[in-house]
Amino acid sequence: MSEAVRVENITAAYRKEPVLRNVSFALPQGRLIGIVGPNGAGKSTLLKAVLELIPKSSGNVEILGSSVRSQKKNIGYVPQRGNVDWDFPTNALDVVMMGRYAQIGWLKRPSKKDKALAVEALERVGMKEYADRQISQLSGGQQQRVFLARALIQDAQVYFMDEPFAGVDATTERAIIDLLKELKEKGKTVIVVHHDLQTVTEYFDWVLLLNQRLIACGPVEQTFTSELLQKTYGGRLSFIQQENLKI
Amino acid sequence: MLYELWILAISSLVAATCGIVGTFLVLRRIAMVADAISHTVLLGIVGAFLVSQTLEGPLMLIGAAVVGLATTYFIQVLDNAGVPADAAIGVVFTSLFSVGVILVSLYARDVHLDVDHVLMGDISFAPFHTIEWNGIPMGPQAFWVILAVFIIDLALILLLYKEFKITSFDPALAAALGIPVTLIHYLLMTMVSITAVASFDAVGAILVVALLIVPPATAYLLTEKLSRMIIVSALTGVAAAVTGYYTAKYFNVSIAGCIASAAGALFLIAFLFSPSQGILLRGRQRKKAAAPASS
Amino acid sequence: MQEWLQFLSSPNLQWVMAGAALLGLASGVVGSFVLLRKESLVGDAMAHAALPGICLGFLVFGRETLALMGGAALTGLLAVYAIRAVHSQSKIKQDAAIGIVLSVFFGFGIVLLTMITNGSYSQSSGIDEFIFGQAASLVGADVQILIASALVLLILSFLFFKELKLLIFDPLFAGGIGLPIRFLNALLSSMVVLVVITGIQTVGVILMAALLITPAVTARYWTDRLGVMAVLSGLIGGLSGAVGALLSSTISGLPTGPVIVVTATAFFLISFLFAPQRGILFRMMETRKNTQFVLNNFLLDTMYEKLEKRYAAGQYSALFSRRELEEQTRLPRNGLEKTIQALQKQGLLTQTDGKYVLTGTGLAYAYDSSLLRRIQDIHLTHEAELGSWKEASANGDLRKPRDYLMNERIHSLLTAEQKLPVSLAIKQSSIEYADQA
Repeated sequence: MSEAVRVENITAAYRKEPVLRNVSFALPQGRLIGIVGPNGAGKSTLLKAVLELIPKSSGNVEILGSSVRSQKKNIGYVPQRGNVDWDFPTNALDVVMMGRYAQIGWLKRPSKKDKALAVEALERVGMKEYADRQISQLSGGQQQRVFLARALIQDAQVYFMDEPFAGVDATTERAIIDLLKELKEKGKTVIVVHHDLQTVTEYFDWVLLLNQRLIACGPVEQTFTSELLQKTYGGRLSFIQQENLKI
Repeated sequence: MLYELWILAISSLVAATCGIVGTFLVLRRIAMVADAISHTVLLGIVGAFLVSQTLEGPLMLIGAAVVGLATTYFIQVLDNAGVPADAAIGVVFTSLFSVGVILVSLYARDVHLDVDHVLMGDISFAPFHTIEWNGIPMGPQAFWVILAVFIIDLALILLLYKEFKITSFDPALAAALGIPVTLIHYLLMTMVSITAVASFDAVGAILVVALLIVPPATAYLLTEKLSRMIIVSALTGVAAAVTGYYTAKYFNVSIAGCIASAAGALFLIAFLFSPSQGILLRGRQRKKAAAPASS
Repeated sequence: MQEWLQFLSSPNLQWVMAGAALLGLASGVVGSFVLLRKESLVGDAMAHAALPGICLGFLVFGRETLALMGGAALTGLLAVYAIRAVHSQSKIKQDAAIGIVLSVFFGFGIVLLTMITNGSYSQSSGIDEFIFGQAASLVGADVQILIASALVLLILSFLFFKELKLLIFDPLFAGGIGLPIRFLNALLSSMVVLVVITGIQTVGVILMAALLITPAVTARYWTDRLGVMAVLSGLIGGLSGAVGALLSSTISGLPTGPVIVVTATAFFLISFLFAPQRGILFRMMETRKNTQFVLNNFLLDTMYEKLEKRYAAGQYSALFSRRELEEQTRLPRNGLEKTIQALQKQGLLTQTDGKYVLTGTGLAYAYDSSLLRRIQDIHLTHEAELGSWKEASANGDLRKPRDYLMNERIHSLLTAEQKLPVSLAIKQSSIEYADQA
C-alpha cells in the first residue's frame, strides 16, 4: 500500500526568506494526522503547497502514489472558513453539493442522487434540519459543519483540513472530531492543521511537527514529546513541562 | 406603436442580459472591473472601425472582446505587481478610454462614430436602423445583436452554472477540485465585454454599468438563492427599462439616463424595504450576532 | 523656432497650460491621500456624480460658474455619503456600492442634461462639455478660479498634513488620541470634491479620476514617504497637465483631457517598468535572484552535509556524480542544471572528469551556508532564550555567519546538538574567501 502523502524536499520562499525549508515526510494511510506548529510555522502554506494551490521553489509531492493532478478526485479539501463570502445567496444544502461538482462533470447538473448524498452528508454532521437555511444565518460552528459535510460528500481518500476547529464552539468541536475519527475508521486519511496543543494527543494518532522545517513526523506517542515540542516552539512553551499537557 | 415596441424590446433585452451577467460581477466583488470594461470597449469599437471602416458586423464584438480581456488582464497585472486594486482599475480604464477618444478625434471624426453616441447611446434612433434578410425586413439590427448576445450569455451560464457558482463562492475549493478558476474568470469578462458593446446602441457604454451593477445589487438584497437572484436581477432590469422608457417619453429626456435612474430608484426601494435586508424593516441585531467571528 | 516662440507666447495657450498644470498639481497632491486611503474609485464616483449637480445648478441659477460648481460639490459629497451608507447599512460590498452610486448619479445627470438641451434655456450650449471637458475654452477668469482652488488645496494639505497622515494610516489610533475623525473625513472628502469641481471643466467627469489616481500611483513607485510622495505626485500631475495641454493645442483635433491622461499614464508606465525597488523589471530580477539564491544554498548545504557524512565514515572523496546530486537534492533536471551553472559561474563549483567538486571558495561558502542554516535552527528551537531569528539576523551581518559563533551560548548549543559543521577545508580556504567577500 502506498503512502497517503509523500512529500520530498518542498521549499517555498517569500523573497529571500524560506517559509518552508526542505520539508520531506511521508504520511501513512488510514490515520488521523495533526500538523502542529507555532504561528508563522508555514502550516497552511504546507497544505496549499501540497495541493499545488501555491507555487513552490522546489520539491515533489505524491498523493496515493501518483501526482496531485491525477488524484484530484481522491482529495478532499476544507479551506479556512473566513475566506468566503457568507452573504452569498445560497443555502447549506447547496454548499454541500459543491463538493461533488468535480465528479458531476462539465455541463451536467447535480442529480437527485447528488442531492440525496448532500442531505446524507448534512445529516452526518447533525445539520439536516438546516439544509434550506441561508448560509449567512448559520453560526460559525454551523458553517464549519457545512464545510465538513461538503468534504464528506467528496468521498475522498485523503482529506486536508485547514484549521477546522478555529472559532467553533465546544459542541461542534466534539462533533467534528467524532466525525473525523469515523472517517479514519473507514480507512480514510485525514490531515488537519491544528493549533491547540492541549487536544493533540486526544485527537490525533499521528502528528507532524513543523516550524519552517520538519521537526518530526510520526505516531503521536513517539513524536509529541516535550523535547520535540521544545524544538518546535523554540522554548516558547515553558508550560510544556508543567502538568497541563498530557504527554 | 411598432416603434415603441422595438424600443421596449431592445432595452428590455439589454437590461435582462446585463442583469444576468452582472449577478456574478456583484458576487465576485468585481463590479468596478465591469465599469472599467464598459469604458474601454470604446477602444475596441474604434479599433474595429479603423480596421474595417464600418460600424457593423461581428468585428465589433470581437474588438470589444479583445479590449475587454486586455482590460481585465492589465488590471490583473497591476494588481499582482502591488498596485492597490482600485487604483489599478482607475489607471487602466482612464488610459485605454483616453486612447479610444484620441483615436476617434484623429481618425474617425467625420464618420458616424461619435463618442457621445457610444457613451450615452441613442436608443431612439435604433428602430430606424433596420436590416433585411433575403429581401424580408427583419426589424432593427440592434435587436438581433443584443438577442444573439443574450442567448450566448444565457447558454453559457446555464451550461456552466455550477462552475460559475463555485468559482464565485469558494475559488480555493474550486481550484482544489481541479476546476479552471482563471479560465472561468476570463470567460465571464469576455461575456461582460460583448454585452457592453452590444448594449451601447441602446443605453450607451457607460450606462451599461448601471444595468450591470444596480439590478443585481437589488436582487442581492431581495433573494437568498443564486438562481433566484439571477431571475430577480433580470426582471428588475426589465422593470427599470420599461419604467425608464415611459418616464423619458413623458418628460422628453434621455431614455438611457431614465433607465439608470429607474434602476437606482428600484435599488433604493429594496435598500429601504427589503424584508430581510432593508434598513427600515430588518432585525439587524440578530444578523450581526449570527455572523461568523472571523469575518 | 520663431513660430514656436510665438505660439508658446500666445496668451490663450499660456492660460490653458497654466490651468492644466495647476489642476494637475492640486489633484496630484490630494490624490496621494486618496490613494493610500484606498478610495481612488470613490474619487471616480464623485466626479461622475458631479454631473447632476452641475445641471441642477444651471437649472436653478443659470449659467453662473459658482452655481455650477456649488451644485457639483453638493452632489459629489452626497455621492460619498451614499456610498458609505449603502456599504455600511447593507451586505452590499464597497465595489458594488461605488458602481451603483456612480452609474445612477451619472444617469440622472444625463436626464437633467437632456432636459436642459431640449428645453428652452438660454446659454445652455456648452453644459455637455463637462462630460469630456474643454480645456481649450479656458479663459483668464477660469484660470483665476483654478489658481484660487489649487492654492486652497495646497494650503489645506500642508496645514493638516500630519492629521491626514494619521487618519489614513491608523484611524482608530487617530480617534484614540482625540483627533476629530469625522471632521478629518469630511475635510478629505471636501478636498476631493474641490479637485473634482475644479477639474471637470478641463478634463471632464469621466477622466477626472485619472488625475486623482495616476500621478499618485506613479509617485508611489519612487518613495516610501507620504510627504515626498505628495510633492512628487503634484509635480507629475502638473507636468502631465502642462504637456497634455501643449500637445493638444499643437496638433489639431487632439482633445485635451485624454491627452493629459495619456501623458500621465506614460509617466506611470515608465515608473511601473523601470523604477528601482518597486518597478516590475527590478522585482522580476529580484525574484529570480532570490529563487536562485535559495536553490544555490540548498545545493551547497546538501553537498556539505553529504561531505560531512563521508568524512565521519572515513571517506575523503570530495567528488559527486551528477546522479548523486540528483538523488540527494531531488531537484527537477533543469532546476539542478541551472543551479550547477550558477555555482560554477560564481567559482564555487567545478567539474573534473565529469564529476562535480566544490572549490576551496565553494567549500568555505558551503560551510557558512550550512552553519547559517543550523544557527537558524538553533534560533527556532530556542527562540525563547535567543530571541527570534528575524530580529537576530536583522541586526547582524548575514554574510558572516561565523561571527555568530562568537556567541558562546550559540556555540555551545550547536555543539550540544551536534550541529556544529565539521570544518572540512576551512583553514586553507578562509583566506581566499575573505578576499572575495
